[in-house]
Amino acid sequence: MNMNGGQALIRSLELEGVEVVFGMPGGAILPVYDPIIDSPIRHILVRHEQGAGHMAEGYAHVTGRPGVCMVTSGPAVTNIVTPLCDAFMDSVPLVAITGQVPFAAIGSDAFQECDTTGITQAVTKHNYLVTEAQEIPRIIREAFHIASTGRPGPVLVDVPKNIVDPNNPDSQMEWYWPESVDLPGYKPTLKGHPKKIREAAELIVASTRPVIYAGGGILNAHAAEALRELAEMCDIPVVTTLKARGAFPDDHPLALGMPGMHGNYTAVTAIQRSDLLLALGSRFDDRVTGKLPAFAPDAKVVHVDIDPAELGKVRQPDVPIVGDARLVIEELVAVLGKLGGAEAQPDRSYWRSQLSGWQEKYPLTYQQSEPGEALKPQFVLERLRDSAPEDCIVVTGVGQHQMWASQYWGFKHPYTWVSSGGLGTMGFAIPAAIGAKVGRPDRMVWAIDGDGCFQMTAQEMVTAASERIPIKVGILNNAYLGMVRQWQEMFYDERYSEVYLSPDLPDYVKWAEAMGCVAFRVEAPEEVEPIVEKANQIDDRPVVVEFRTDSMEKVYPMVPAGHSNDDIVVDPTHGEGGR
Amino acid sequence: MADDIQHHTLSVLVENKAGVLSRVAGLFARRGFNIYSLAVAPTDDDRFSRITIVVDVTSASLEQVTKQLNKLINVVKISELDPRDSVERELMLVTVRSGPDRRGQIVDLVHIFDGRILDVGHDELTITLEGHPEQLDDLEDLLRVYGIVAIQRTGRVALPKLDTSPTPLRSVS
Ligand SMILES: Cc1ncc(C[n+]2csc(CCOP(=O)(O)OP(=O)(O)O)c2C)c(N)n1
Ligand SMILES: [Mg+2]
Repeated sequence: MNMNGGQALIRSLELEGVEVVFGMPGGAILPVYDPIIDSPIRHILVRHEQGAGHMAEGYAHVTGRPGVCMVTSGPAVTNIVTPLCDAFMDSVPLVAITGQVPFAAIGSDAFQECDTTGITQAVTKHNYLVTEAQEIPRIIREAFHIASTGRPGPVLVDVPKNIVDPNNPDSQMEWYWPESVDLPGYKPTLKGHPKKIREAAELIVASTRPVIYAGGGILNAHAAEALRELAEMCDIPVVTTLKARGAFPDDHPLALGMPGMHGNYTAVTAIQRSDLLLALGSRFDDRVTGKLPAFAPDAKVVHVDIDPAELGKVRQPDVPIVGDARLVIEELVAVLGKLGGAEAQPDRSYWRSQLSGWQEKYPLTYQQSEPGEALKPQFVLERLRDSAPEDCIVVTGVGQHQMWASQYWGFKHPYTWVSSGGLGTMGFAIPAAIGAKVGRPDRMVWAIDGDGCFQMTAQEMVTAASERIPIKVGILNNAYLGMVRQWQEMFYDERYSEVYLSPDLPDYVKWAEAMGCVAFRVEAPEEVEPIVEKANQIDDRPVVVEFRTDSMEKVYPMVPAGHSNDDIVVDPTHGEGGR
Repeated sequence: MADDIQHHTLSVLVENKAGVLSRVAGLFARRGFNIYSLAVAPTDDDRFSRITIVVDVTSASLEQVTKQLNKLINVVKISELDPRDSVERELMLVTVRSGPDRRGQIVDLVHIFDGRILDVGHDELTITLEGHPEQLDDLEDLLRVYGIVAIQRTGRVALPKLDTSPTPLRSVS
């Protein structure tokens, strides 16, 4: 069957099971937008291409399937560099289709030409410049395969206009669909080495102070079940990194919560004092390790990752295991079972009592506001959490609000938490929440955003309103770039430089209403619950709730950047001894 | 740590596709690894090319270089060639100042090294030498006193040494 390249491209996306594409048309990609009209694929028209990229990420986070965005050449490509980098850092499967000037014009500085594959090389798992229409199905097939297997990541396909434009003979192609992909240089290792798994099991049964350090790889590998089985069988406490929130239920007796710079005291200290660290799909990010030489100094390390380059990149593991986290953990559970399972574990009652002692002494805490004072952000989050269904999806921006959301929400299910970790991209929340809601329309989706972050991608609320994507947005309006303010307060002698935003400018309620949303402002503690209840009732339009929160509130605990995790600073209400 | 830094030669088999060299070079730049020399050429199989890269790194970072390179989709295979277990060659072209009074000395030198004179000018000579990179270093040093006008080296290429021991008999179990 003959087709043109544009039709072949859309047909290929359909065969990859794509149900939605986030994007914006323009000159170079125009021919591909024509066949979309006849395709069952839903297209969501964004207001800024950065939004398209983050929406695709949000979609991928909650569905586990690659998110797809499609934009034109030049400035549209530079606009998606941020989400590509975000997805690259956080291992999010993404396929980006970009228009390009006609092949013959490449290199001539044509209108809206940019070196797309060059610019995105460092922020994609792989990218393609398609040269012939005939290659389109094969390359799309490969792009989805690469994006979604191994360590997932973004793949970009740059499509010159001549090969998709039906008026150009270059666009003619004979349709086919490749049965499989043939990539001689790409063969991810899935099964862990049996000898190494055995070694890991032996370390576990010899350990009296083990901790599981679970990372985002658990979610990518759909290993939450297996993780739970391992933890329960061996009675090992679990910390979940910012990327792994929800991978292990926060209300589980073995859950220690989030480690790292703003992790809770017990999670941080348990790692520091452990004699065995089981790093499962985590990567020893500096926000987790603090000062590296002082990180978990007495711990032997078992490191499981599908990306061999992570093993030994930061911390030399005693037992490196390359493989898919789920398969490796299942295998490990089987081997442990043969070693005697639960019965074979040494007495860890001292460790357990140490952990619960820390939990009791240093719980997450904050000072309630006095009547007439601004809302405490932690209080707002607790009320939001309590009134939302258990499987509500929480999406955040980057800053203090993100840390409080991670600390206070309490996640019971995998894939209910979507946040920008590695890149820390302000403006992530709104578009990612839209993508998440499109992927899981059956779930309630709350974006918890900062006032600074909201201003970066707020225009996508127009997208949400016009497409009837009923997300809920809670802006924690502290009138500041709060996280930066906190650093200036603590480390720059309270010299505040360019962090004030104003609580009233913009007027978030009017702005949200102008963008087609229902909007509320909440200033007093007793208003929180009724307004949140109201917001939760609305299911046909997006809602924005502005919470006026305390500007002075700081995120605790905190490990100052570059310090040892042992220097953790807890909430001042714990008193001086609390460090 | 710094004195732990050594030359390591990586032989990288890549798919013969547009932009591959830029991916490899870009990765070195991005991860902060230093390329000492680099040579690229097609192989007997036209689907693949071979890049021979000499890097200056500690052995710990060499492992990172290799693992990161391996993540490039177009990289098919990487072997580290230990200088003791490989044959290495490089080609050099050098133009050297040689007034008529010195020409004889230079020609002698070139012959000692088994090099060749490629071009003769009024007071310059262009010489070529193919050999082990260290031989090239030596000739380069010796020629420097006469005045090097231009020099071009290809960067080293290498292949593993062949096994000369007879194939051991395997016991049948
Ligand atoms: C795109 C981008 N620019 C700058 C930063 C640096 N930064 C990190 S947090 C932050 C403040 C965020 O302010 P806001 O959204 O109001 O959140 P808050 O910390 O007040 O909760 C800034 C500027 C960033 N992470 N991302
Ligand atoms: Mg703020």
